[in-house]
Parts: sequence; C-alpha cells; structure tokens
Amino acid sequence: MPHQALSSLMVLDLSENISGPYSTKLLADYGAEVIKIERPPLGDSSRRAGPFPNDQPDPDKSGLFLFLNTSKKSVTLDLESEGGAQIFNRLVDRADILVENFRPGAMASLGLDYEVLAEINPALIMTSISYFGQWGPYRDWDGSDIIAQAMGGLMGLTGEADREPLKLPGSQAEFQAGLNAAVATLSALYLRDETGEGQHIDVSLQEAVASILEASVTMYSYSGFVRGRVGSRNHLQCPSRVMPAKDRFIHVQAGANWDHFSTFLEAPKLMEPHFASILRYNYADEVEGLIQPWLEKHEAGEIFATGQEWRIPFALVLGIDELMADPQYEARGSFQEIEHPLAGRLVYPGAPFRMSETPAEAGRAPLLGEHNEQVYIGALGLSKDNLTDLKEQGII
Amino acid sequence: MQQSRSRVLTKHKQGLAGLRVIDLSQIFAGPYATKLLADMGAEVIRVECAARSGRGGALPRMKPGGAFGASFPDGDTGERSYNRFAYYNEVNRNKYAITLDLTKSLGVEVFKRLVRISDVVVENFTPRVMKNFGLDYPVLRMTNPQIITISLSGYGQDGPYRDYVTYGEGIEAMVGLSQLTAYPDGEPLKPGVAYADATSGLHAAFAILAALHHRRLTGMGQYIDLAMREAVTPILGEAIMDYTMNKRAAKPMGNRHPVMAPHGCYRAQGKDRENKKEGAWIAIAVSSDEEWRAFCHAMGDPPWTRDEKFASRSGRLANREELDRLIGEWTSRYDHIELMNMLQGSGIKAGAVFNIAELAHDPHLNERGFFEELSHPEAGTHLYPGVSWRMSRTPGRLRLPAPCFGEHNRYVFGELLGMSDEEVSRLADEGVSASEPLPYLEA
Repeated sequence: MPHQALSSLMVLDLSENISGPYSTKLLADYGAEVIKIERPPLGDSSRRAGPFPNDQPDPDKSGLFLFLNTSKKSVTLDLESEGGAQIFNRLVDRADILVENFRPGAMASLGLDYEVLAEINPALIMTSISYFGQWGPYRDWDGSDIIAQAMGGLMGLTGEADREPLKLPGSQAEFQAGLNAAVATLSALYLRDETGEGQHIDVSLQEAVASILEASVTMYSYSGFVRGRVGSRNHLQCPSRVMPAKDRFIHVQAGANWDHFSTFLEAPKLMEPHFASILRYNYADEVEGLIQPWLEKHEAGEIFATGQEWRIPFALVLGIDELMADPQYEARGSFQEIEHPLAGRLVYPGAPFRMSETPAEAGRAPLLGEHNEQVYIGALGLSKDNLTDLKEQGII
Repeated sequence: MQQSRSRVLTKHKQGLAGLRVIDLSQIFAGPYATKLLADMGAEVIRVECAARSGRGGALPRMKPGGAFGASFPDGDTGERSYNRFAYYNEVNRNKYAITLDLTKSLGVEVFKRLVRISDVVVENFTPRVMKNFGLDYPVLRMTNPQIITISLSGYGQDGPYRDYVTYGEGIEAMVGLSQLTAYPDGEPLKPGVAYADATSGLHAAFAILAALHHRRLTGMGQYIDLAMREAVTPILGEAIMDYTMNKRAAKPMGNRHPVMAPHGCYRAQGKDRENKKEGAWIAIAVSSDEEWRAFCHAMGDPPWTRDEKFASRSGRLANREELDRLIGEWTSRYDHIELMNMLQGSGIKAGAVFNIAELAHDPHLNERGFFEELSHPEAGTHLYPGVSWRMSRTPGRLRLPAPCFGEHNRYVFGELLGMSDEEVSRLADEGVSASEPLPYLEA
C-alpha cells in the first residue's frame, strides 16, 4: 500500500530556478520520486542564488535551492550530448511525469519535444513552464518575475495610485506558475490513471498571474471599469487597511458585524447611516479618520487578541523575524527542521496542507549528482565503468 | 455515479469528467480551488443557503458607483443582484448551485445523500461550523467512506488561533507578505488582489487531486486540513531561509532586485486605454553585463551609459538610484507598449505594466484564447479569464456561466438524488431550499 499520496509516481525534473522546482517540490514532499536532472558541472541556477549562510556562496548551501528541492534526488546529465540524450530517453520510458522550464523550443532543439517523448512513453505527462507559453506572439520573448507581474496585470493593481506600480516581494509570478503546473499535472494524472493517456501541458507565468486578478477583467467587461491601485485599501470593502496602532501596524477589517465593530472601537459615529451602509467606501477617509485615534491609543497585540474575542478579523502585520515565535505556528509545528550534511540543521517552511492518511514528509535537498549511482547503476543497470566514462566525457 | 461519468465523458473530453465535488466554500479561496477543478471538467455543485449565499445577499436595485458598482453589469445591481455580481460570476463559472439550509435536519439529510454520490467535499467555515451542522469529517466518512474532505481555514483546525476569524488580507499580514509588499521607504501595503486566497486555493486543488490519486490506488478517502496561513508561508521561502540561516529579517525592496540592476518600473507615455489617472509604466530587468550593453545600445548609447560606474553589475547596484533616474528620463519619452515591443526585439527583458484594459486587449493572450466569452442569463454576454493553462488532450473551457441562486435544485434533487417532484416541493415549502438569499443587512 502506498505510503504517501504520490508514492507511486516517478517524476523527471529538468526545471531550474523557482517555478518548476516549486511544482516538483510539492510532488516530492507528498511522496513522488522526483529525479532532478542537473546540467554538469554547475547544476540548477538556484544553487548559485542566495541566501547563503554568512553570505558565502556555496552550491550546496543556497537557501533558495535547499528549500525548493526538498525530498528530491539529483543526477547530472548533459542533454546536449548524444550519450546524455540516450540516457534521458531511457529515464523517460520509466517516468510518469516530466517537468521542464526551458525557453520554448529548447526541448525541440534537443530532439526532446513532446511528440518525440510521447512515442517513447505515450502515458507521459509533460509539463512545460515558460514566461509566455509555448506559442503565441510573445513566445520567444525573454522575461523575469517582474516582467510577468507587469504583463500579467498584478503590478498595475499593487501600490499607491500616485506612485509607480509595485511588484510583490520575492518571485511571486514564479510561485504562481509552479502552483499552476502542479495542479495541471495532477489533473492530467487523473485522466491518465483512468485511460492511460498522457498529454502536454503549457503553463505561462503571464497567464498564471492574469488568472488571479480577482474579478478585474470581468468588471472591465461588465461595466468598462479599469481597476487601479488603492494602496493598502481594498477595492470593495471599507475599512480594510493596514493602519498604525500605538506601537506598530495592524490590519484593520470590520468583518460581518458593523455594529459590533463600531462598539469595539468606541466610535458610535460609525453607526450613522452613511457609514453603516455598504457604500461606506465612498467615505473611506472619514471612516478611517474615526478609527485612527482609537488605534493609536491601543497596542496592536491587545487589539488583535481582544478583537478576535469579539470576532473582529484584525491581523498583525508581522515581519519575517517574528514568524517563528508566533504561538499558532508554534502550536501547529508549521516550521520544520531539516538536517543537511553540508548546510547543517536549519528551519524550513513546513507542509502547506495536512493530509490525515498520507502526510507530507520533506527530506533534505540533494547534493549535485548525489544520486548518479543510485539512478544510473541501480535503476538503469549501467556499470561503474560506464559511469566513469560518462563522467570523463562530461556527460554526467 | 458510473452512469453520470460515462454520460459526461461522451459529451466533452474533459480531464476531470466524472468527478463530483460538493462546494460549501464562500468568498474566494475555496471557490478558487473548485474553479480549477470545474474548469478541468469536474461537476462542482455549490451548496448555498439564504443566509449565506456567498453572493453578498440580495441588494436593493441601485447603481452604487465606484469599484463596487462596477462589479455589476452596466453598474446596475439589477433585480437580483446576487446573480449579477462579477466576483461571484468569475470564480463560479462551470459550476452548479443548489440551496440547502444545513441548520435544518432535512437539509442535513439531503446533504448526506449528496455526499454518498460525490467524491470530494470542500468547505472553508471556521472550524466549529461543520460540527455544529453535524457534518464534520467523522460523520461524512460514515456516510461515504471514500469521501475526501478538505477544510480551508485561516489558521488551521487546531492551535490557539483555530477559532480566529480572518480574510485573505489578514493572512497576508500574518505571514509577512504585507510588510514586504511596500516601497523601500514606505509603509506596509498589501498585494492589489486577494493573493492569499488564490495561493491557498491552488494548494487546495493540488491537495484534492493528490488525495484522489491515492484513493484510486487504495480506495481510501481522507481529511485535509489546509490552514491558509501555512499554504501562503512557502511563497516567502527565500526570506524565511535567510532568516533561519543568517537571522536577517527581509526588508521591503519595492521593485528592486538583490542582484539585478537596472531592475524596476519606469515611467512611460500611455497613448490610450485609460492611462490618464495612474500613468503608463514599463518594467525592465537586466541580469548580466551583456544584457546591459544591449540595453544601452537599444537606448541609442547616450553618453551617460559610458560612465565607468555603470559598466559592472556591482557598480550598477551601488548606483541604482541614479541609474533608475536616468533610465526613467529615457523611457518617459515613449509609449510603454511600443517601448516593450522595441526592447523585447533587442532581447531585453521588458514588459509594459498592463492596466486591466490593456490586459484584456493583449494580442498575445488573445491569440492564445486566454479570455473566453460566456452568456449568463442575468448578467449578459461578457469576457472572463479562461482556463489558467493549456492542455493538449483535455484543454478545458468555459462551458457554463456561473449558476443563478438555486438554479440546479431540480437537477440535483430530482435527477441526481432521484427525489420526486413532491419531495423537491417539500424542500422549498419547508424553507430548506430557498429561492432567494436574505436581503443584505446594513450593520
């Protein structure tokens, strides 16, 4: 009986950096055997991106790499060499899923496009991730996270109206694409489990971002309204905003019961009909003005705790350095320690959801080429001499 | 169930045909998860009630103006606002909707009958609610041992905050995202869309599909506890790792990048499509010295680009304020979309900051068929963002408009559950299946 939800699956992961690796991290942490195929001699580009302990670059200690590649195996393989492509095809024959995020056309130029691979393994699910997708006028354009946030419509909605549009922190378009790839891959698996048919999935960062704009495009189509930036406010609700309390910022939102909210804030004026109306967003400055003096008299922690007793959805604006001390994270064990032979024992973000029968189990990220012997000798039956030759030829 | 599966399969080639999902979820995170499943062909049945329609209640007819007003076709809430709300109609397309009051025992009984012929239950109430209905997972499992149940909550099913109320924006604050979504010199803001909801919804869809794969091999159902806060935490993984490695707390970087320069958002001209208020902007990212030289060339090699201090990445990073100002002076002379085309033609990573009108008219997205038209009986014919990705064999598509309130009562109660007309009428008579939501209450 499978031990984890995805234990039966073998995944070949040709992807680099963030989008593809996040999708295969999800597959791996929930049980799939993910074989990460890294190009010799350097491997995944995220090995060279930080953060590093004490800012000392080391391909086996990148925090980004360690986090994104938990539970995976690593082999080295040069797909541009003939020997490399042959080995790859033997792996494809055994694989359920292949994930790649090269530029569109790169797999074809290696002779490894979906049509070729599907002849080797018709049940293969191949998931390709790129900035703009595998076809269309922008197919060959270059991108990066900020470009995808801009052209996906997210950046134009984020930030202050009278300032430049603002990117979300980190690499959010990459994560959204990775999540889309993971969901798309498992939805293809559902069909494959039933009929044995594989298929090719085309995920674009631009579309992954354009898919999460709430109803912005629909509103444009409904009424011609071009939604813009509203700072830390909400487009429809008032109040819903990050505001300063006595000691620090707090997220203020009224929740379902306005009467309750205005009583809690000792602001009876908020019960005047134009404020108590669903259209109070027309008076957002005044509403916030009535709230602000009270907030400044109270500490955020106290507002959060007492407000929650009143069932008002206050939230603390926490910094990254405050997360691990948070009582809820702590009580649930939301962060996880993982031991790594070179990077040591570090705290990682834990599982994104909990399955009662098949929980996630995140093991450490692999060293570059750590599983060459296990995969090439153990699984494919090559000899030690073969491996030495491949190494000398720079294929692995 | 087998019968309905083959019926759906012959009708469309849909990846998730034959999968039946009961969707009790409200607002955005849960509905986003079930939207992904519905787009791939699952039969998603929303269970709503008069008090909690998930549609904002029944509003009086008005033209309220602002973003809220713009959420209704032609700015008009219409006779039945709850069937015309853009937020609901976008995320609930491809789904069915019934009404069932789960505070009544007959409602619970009908719900259990539905559970017996379904694969998945999705809910995002606070943890006590399903128990109060008498429909928590142990009960559902007794009803259908193979059922997969997922609960999406803000903070999870246990721990000191389990009963805390929150929306997605509160979660963004509580994971550190609001604090980092800010200009380098500014106060915490937050993402301009419901980012925590979408991110949680995607993880939830993944969780459901993983559990379904496991069930196919073992016959076992299971329970999934998804705390939105835990599902959103990983997307700040690099910052968290920097903290655990170096005890360094990330600070807002605005549009800057730790190792790329130039990297930012620059003012441009916007010729059309309503750029008047918020301006037109272009994002540019330069990741190597080679790209920098190509970018200088594309700018026509103005004299300032020859300054030694900009020649290397470290020099550009150290002088990025001046660099950004000089680039902004150049970009501000051009239309942002023409500039994007020109720079991309020179191999530069450049993208116009699309406003929503530009996004809707983007030739690339339109050639890929990203937006699709749907005709809704009460909202009219409009464009919606389509399926989030392309699939070669089972592409998925927008085949059904969002359901009107209670639209599929007859189909679900009659056809799927085999209830007689009398029984269906009894549900309505006893107020178990409502025909309209309660009025929206001020305060």
